[in-house]
Amino acid sequence: MNDRPAVHIKGVSKQFKAGVTALSGIDLEVRPREFVSLIGPSGCGKSTLLRIIGDLIEPSAGAVEVNGKPAHRARLDHDYGIVFQEAVLYDWRTVAKNIALPLELLRWGREKRARRVEELVELVELQGFEDHHPWQLSGGMQQRVSIARALSFDPALLLMDEPFGALDEMTRERMNLELLRIWDASGSTIVFVTHSIPEAVFLSSRVAVMSRRPGRIAGIVEVDLPQPRSARTREEPRFFELVTEVRERLAAGGLELEPAEEAS
Amino acid sequence: MATIAVERPSQTWRGGAAYGAKRSALVAAGLAAFWGIWEAYRFVGERAGITWPFTVDATNMPHIHDMLSALTKPLQPGGPRLIQLEWHWALFTGKEALLGFALGGAIGFAIAVVLAHSGILRRGLLPYIVVSQTVPILAVAPMVVVGLGTKGVKPWIAVSVIAAYLTFFPVAMNALRGLLSPDPRSMELMRSYAADRTAVLWKLRLPASLPFLFSALKISATASVIGAIIGEAPASIQDGLGGAIVNFNQYYSTGPERLWATNIVCAALGLFFFLVVLIAERLVLRRAPEHVA
Amino acid sequence: MSLALRRQAIQWLPALAVFALGIGAWQGLVAAFHVQEFLLPKPSEIARTFWDERGTLWHAGIYTFKEALGGFALGSGLGILAALLFAAYRPLGIAFMPFAVAANAVPIIAFAPIMNDWFGLLNPFSKMAIAAVLCFFPVLINTLRGLTSVDPRSIELMHSYAAGRASVFRRVRIPASLPHLFAGLKIASVLSMIGAIVGEYFGGPTNALGVTILNASAYTNFPEAWAGIVLASAFGILFYGAVALAELLTTAWDPSRRAFHTE
Repeated sequence: MNDRPAVHIKGVSKQFKAGVTALSGIDLEVRPREFVSLIGPSGCGKSTLLRIIGDLIEPSAGAVEVNGKPAHRARLDHDYGIVFQEAVLYDWRTVAKNIALPLELLRWGREKRARRVEELVELVELQGFEDHHPWQLSGGMQQRVSIARALSFDPALLLMDEPFGALDEMTRERMNLELLRIWDASGSTIVFVTHSIPEAVFLSSRVAVMSRRPGRIAGIVEVDLPQPRSARTREEPRFFELVTEVRERLAAGGLELEPAEEAS
Repeated sequence: MATIAVERPSQTWRGGAAYGAKRSALVAAGLAAFWGIWEAYRFVGERAGITWPFTVDATNMPHIHDMLSALTKPLQPGGPRLIQLEWHWALFTGKEALLGFALGGAIGFAIAVVLAHSGILRRGLLPYIVVSQTVPILAVAPMVVVGLGTKGVKPWIAVSVIAAYLTFFPVAMNALRGLLSPDPRSMELMRSYAADRTAVLWKLRLPASLPFLFSALKISATASVIGAIIGEAPASIQDGLGGAIVNFNQYYSTGPERLWATNIVCAALGLFFFLVVLIAERLVLRRAPEHVA
Repeated sequence: MSLALRRQAIQWLPALAVFALGIGAWQGLVAAFHVQEFLLPKPSEIARTFWDERGTLWHAGIYTFKEALGGFALGSGLGILAALLFAAYRPLGIAFMPFAVAANAVPIIAFAPIMNDWFGLLNPFSKMAIAAVLCFFPVLINTLRGLTSVDPRSIELMHSYAAGRASVFRRVRIPASLPHLFAGLKIASVLSMIGAIVGEYFGGPTNALGVTILNASAYTNFPEAWAGIVLASAFGILFYGAVALAELLTTAWDPSRRAFHTE
């Protein structure tokens, strides 16, 4: 590995058509193998920033490099996989075929696809569900399919937009542990959007705290909890200290975490 | 002609033999009830001399058993039974309708694919696709038959073109709706894979549109039969059900049950087309639709 | 307001361009390829004939439109009533629905000659009857689908307010069914015009539009036949447009409508 950043965000701003400034002057570097969370209140532009990294929307100013390439090039080169809050599985495809979707688009051969899907099903522990359709799975299982799909072509970077936001607390904690295991096994870099403070602290190497109106990075909290993390990590005093630190950083912007969704 | 419909996909169907038996019983009971009401109304109407909204008599309301038995009798002594003639007419009209269905379905779907990819074309052409169905096709039919005739096209194919004109519309509208139905997240996912338009069409838009498409094909199945029947009359085609309706209508006062019998055959043909599509839908949509796409 | 107007203008610009191009191409191609008049006269000729015969055509159009309107009102009204009945008494609806769906798959228009025999060729009610039967099933099926496809949570919410059946109907089921109802009414508006004209094709008074078209082409007066066709189409468009406008005014909240036309 070289020390070139996995993601390099340089002075990114984003204005939407109606004149709303979603992001302003964002600078951030994510190192390879790092797990960075973006946390902030609704409307702080964290999902927008994630989409700019993925070249799903274009910034109004500034630039993003992924693996040393412009974000656009990186998207065309399949340098990242993405996971949304909803699993976004295609109803007409089975679990195996949903996972294989990007591989079909990359024109992998049938056998190579089947072998890779087998590995991934094992990785996300869905053995026996390969031929099920999405509606036959629980929310947590659907999200695991979605993660397997994002990892299928072994991208160096994984972008996750509140992937566990719709899950219940217990499932969410279990998925957090699984994600860390997968992160460790796959060796990828993860940029993770969330509005749960404990989740951000538990998962991340660093937490980027964002503020609202316009969205900017208010501060970065280094998470020095030891790796690998386990369910016990959540009980350590240092965990609570870090949670408090992130919460105070958020509050410093005079921002409550979960304001009502504004009408725009 | 049940056309300007943008249907929502129907729910997937589940049910076993018991359900089927219950259905059949219901259909039988419904037909029996209809028969009873028909005969009762005629019986009472004739006695009481009902003349509003129409005069109830043997000409206007033939016995249903007379309609059915008319099918078993020959038109002229020594000729084939009416049911045999009806069978040939139905085959002929069915052939026209089938070609019209295939033509209209293909054209409608092609239009939907093009319009799904261009907002400008959609805004420019969609209104006229709706307008196209307000043209009284029956009045244009003679010109279509004669016009295509000068190009050496057989009259029955010209009737298929008329059927296609009614068929393409529901397919175009519904398929367009289906092709545009994938939610923004699904589209973003495709974009994250740097998938091109063709891949998005095949892997996402097309499978997502199938339930919508089948809703449309059910409407189109009937529309193609209607087009074939009403296209025959102005085309002066004598070999199909439309021609038979025109003929029997002229002799309605002397043999009303023949017109009614022909209408029953028309109804059966329409239902047959509808049921074939219905069965196809259930076979296709029960499995993963991509196998078919 | 002016911004909204401008956006409307941009919305309709492509359609207007297509209209102008279409008419121009029609005129040009007919002239360039010497298409015989009985197949397709030039639009300019149709327009001239329309102007010369405007009195006759207009009266014929109104006569036929009245038939269509009567049939539309009768068929749609009965369709809505039947849908309300079926929605209020579910077992009834469950028993009858398959028949309605089957009837909708029958080429009902083949019964047009019989309606003429029943009610008399010259009686406008014979055409209204055809139009009404054509309108009935699509309106019934769509309305019933709307009345019964309400989000159960909306009904639970009403129950939590201890709302009665009538109140649930008035405040939840009927508003929720409006988009479906209008889908049915839009189909019916076009079908009613077609039904009236097909009915007239099998016989009707000479001052009806369908008969006028038929006679004009029988006497090889093709520009007049085409003028009649254009008029029939125009009435159909206006009728459809009126229903669409009513929909726009009553269901502006429906999100599914918005998604369809935008990019």
